[in-house]
Amino acid sequence: MRRQFPLALCFIAGLFMAIQYFIPHPTVQNFYERLLIWLQTLLAFAFLLGTVSLVRIHYHKIKHRADDRGYSWVTLFALCLMIGLGFFSSAHHAQGSPFDMMFQNVQVPIEATMFSLLAFYVASAAFRAFRARTLESTLLLVAACIVMLGRVPIGDMIHSSIPTATRWILEVPNLAAKRGIMIGVGLGMMATSLKIILGIERAWMGGGD
Amino acid sequence: MNIFERFMQIDRRWIFLAIGIAVVIPFFFPLELPVSVTDPVQNLYDALDRVPANGQPLLLAIDYAPATLPELEPMSLALLRHAFSNDVNVAVLTLHPAGYGLAERVMVQAADEMGKVYGEDYCFLGFRPGLSAVILGMGVNVRNVFPEDAYGTPLNDIPMLDGIRNYDDIPLLITLAGWSAAEAWVLYAHQPYGQDVGAGVTAVMATDLYPFLDTGQLVGLLGGMRGAAEYEELIGHPDAGVRGMDSQSSIHVLIIILIILGNIAYFGDRRKKREMERDAA
Repeated sequence: MRRQFPLALCFIAGLFMAIQYFIPHPTVQNFYERLLIWLQTLLAFAFLLGTVSLVRIHYHKIKHRADDRGYSWVTLFALCLMIGLGFFSSAHHAQGSPFDMMFQNVQVPIEATMFSLLAFYVASAAFRAFRARTLESTLLLVAACIVMLGRVPIGDMIHSSIPTATRWILEVPNLAAKRGIMIGVGLGMMATSLKIILGIERAWMGGGD
Repeated sequence: MNIFERFMQIDRRWIFLAIGIAVVIPFFFPLELPVSVTDPVQNLYDALDRVPANGQPLLLAIDYAPATLPELEPMSLALLRHAFSNDVNVAVLTLHPAGYGLAERVMVQAADEMGKVYGEDYCFLGFRPGLSAVILGMGVNVRNVFPEDAYGTPLNDIPMLDGIRNYDDIPLLITLAGWSAAEAWVLYAHQPYGQDVGAGVTAVMATDLYPFLDTGQLVGLLGGMRGAAEYEELIGHPDAGVRGMDSQSSIHVLIIILIILGNIAYFGDRRKKREMERDAA
């Protein structure tokens, strides 16, 4: 029963979500609406799960005196601080509130800086690794240079055909490759979904079978 | 070690310094390079232009986090300025947990600039977790997902949302996303409900969305800072996007120069080593 019940539930729910598209009857649509509300409630718990998991990992690092436990202290302190500011300050989301001040003046610059560092590493990596060793790598290199130039105004100034070539690269070879990948992914998703609905794939139940 | 080998093993901090200079200099000495407008950007501009004034609202999803803010915030400001200048009502929401503060700040900035009134000209629905469930849920009834706005006012008490039930009452939806949210809006809002969707995404993500653009599943697309700059040119309000183009131009040129120099050094080194092997033989 412990296995059959979840499998049956999964089968019924999966089948219902697939066929409801084709049954516009109010009863079916009302139940679909209700399922979506349940789903939102369920997904909200992912945040709770994530927070508990984060606390557990860093608690264990601190408890077992791991070498990098200093970072764990910072993480837990920041987590408690933001939760505290969120829960205990009135109108915590209002602009200028302590919560908002911390977000705008700490999290935003930190994250933007981290992402911006990519430019430095990409430039360094391009210098060291982008080599015209083979025909394929040469094609990749030439395409990359054309797209890089075509996506900035200086490309137009160098030659008017550079933006045209960039558009062609994006709209023809890139599109063909992306479509192929997306169709493959879509078929894979369908196959996996069917396997789960039909109870062939049971990894989601835990236990590894 | 020959000169080519030495050049290939240059300390990467010199490259970082060059990149830093290439980014910063254009801010002090702007090149003011002209930005031409591409079709995907023009199409999004035209789609927003067709949204009726003081009627059904534009739905703007600020689905980005601070990491992608430099590319996406100029887009959101440009879109809001365009909508507000056309007297188009705007309902803002976010499906990214870190998007709340970012959505609020661009919305308030643009509204203050254009003298818009909360509740009448714009509103903020806030954040809801559960990407696909939220998008699908809004297709049935927006009030199921957002019974009240971000400040606790029931949606029924917001004048600009009178008669707005689901996607049938929303002429255009634009998502600004630094992750898979743009694809999710296409899959769960456009496909099942026929909602017109436009998108603004980071430059690296833009290539992923070209298939949707080609099939008409996206009405328009802003790709990276270039997309923001083009939109700013279209609305006649050059700002951070246009300013950033100078830095981006110099960076791209510098990277290309580095690639060329790296290859010259690589082939020079290879030739030298072959000559040495030949001499040794």
